Amino acid sequence: MFVIVVGCSRVGARLALQLVSEGHEVAVVDQKQESFRRLGAGFAGKTVLGTGLDLDILKRAGAERADALATVTNGDNINIVVAQVARKHFGIPRVVARMYDPERAAAYREMGMEIMCPTLIGSQLIKEKILGGGA
Amino acid sequence: MFVIVVGGGKVGFYLTKTLIEAGHEVLLLEKDAMKARGLEDNFGDVAVQGDGTELATLQNVGASRADVVAAVTGHDEDNIVVCQMAKKLGCKRVIGRVNNPKNEDAFLMLDIKTTVNSTQLIYHLVEEQVGLQGIIPLLELRGGKAEIVELEISAGSPAVGKPVKELNLPEDCLLVSVMREEEIIFPRGETVLSGGDTVIALTARGKAHLLRDALIGSGEV
Repeated sequence: MFVIVVGCSRVGARLALQLVSEGHEVAVVDQKQESFRRLGAGFAGKTVLGTGLDLDILKRAGAERADALATVTNGDNINIVVAQVARKHFGIPRVVARMYDPERAAAYREMGMEIMCPTLIGSQLIKEKILGGGA
Repeated sequence: MFVIVVGGGKVGFYLTKTLIEAGHEVLLLEKDAMKARGLEDNFGDVAVQGDGTELATLQNVGASRADVVAAVTGHDEDNIVVCQMAKKLGCKRVIGRVNNPKNEDAFLMLDIKTTVNSTQLIYHLVEEQVGLQGIIPLLELRGGKAEIVELEISAGSPAVGKPVKELNLPEDCLLVSVMREEEIIFPRGETVLSGGDTVIALTARGKAHLLRDALIGSGEV
């Protein structure tokens, strides 16, 4: 599978490295060159410097033939805009956006977008740990 | 009209001021607490601290009954989300400010049809000054895919004295009207242009210079 990861955040870098180690083709997009350091030396995937909002940058990353795109920058709004562009303009079949704000996440889920909300997932897991799970 | 302005920077500030002066009901949302306090000093209750990209915030300030929501922050992704959330709440008219001209496609793609792109606008004006003398851009349509322009026909123009149908006008151009002193003429094939006429035309992107060549002549510039 060919996956584009927008945002070389901690999550983005880890996701990219994992996908590569499992044999997938990966392109990582980030605005800052220094973010790519998180990928370590000898990263087997491609890195593209620029903002995911820019269609040319997405195209350079290979958006026209990507099987999936994950947008995990630190900005909810950038993520959701990139995700929508990836789906509408490039027709990428699987697109996932990270959004910290649960309400905004819910609004876009209603609009048919695939959203991963770490706030909800994290608080749920922590609650289960505190309450001893199950309950 | 009830207008919600999102983003209290320079554009938002003067837009709010102008709207209030014109007698409209305005609400200005600014995310940053410090900036919001400064705006309150100027506008009182009109300025509210809050993140306009949040559905709940927009709902609380009455976006569903707003006639217009104008998203004019300095961040394109925020402006897009504001417009989408406002539309979701039922606001009929949303306007998005485009900061980076390259992002305008994203606005249009995501169904935000009314955009204001000052960078692009000024760029075009600069370019017109340099390359397209004789043409005054009046209005951009559909994100610049087409524009309405004004041209002045001089007495020595090759178009003078000929009916419109013989003018060999470029494709993707349409003469909308001819102003001759106080008269407004809706041109047909038989209409004959005179020196001193002002022509209003609709042209596709990048075709205005061909229209100029046909109506004013290329050598005159």
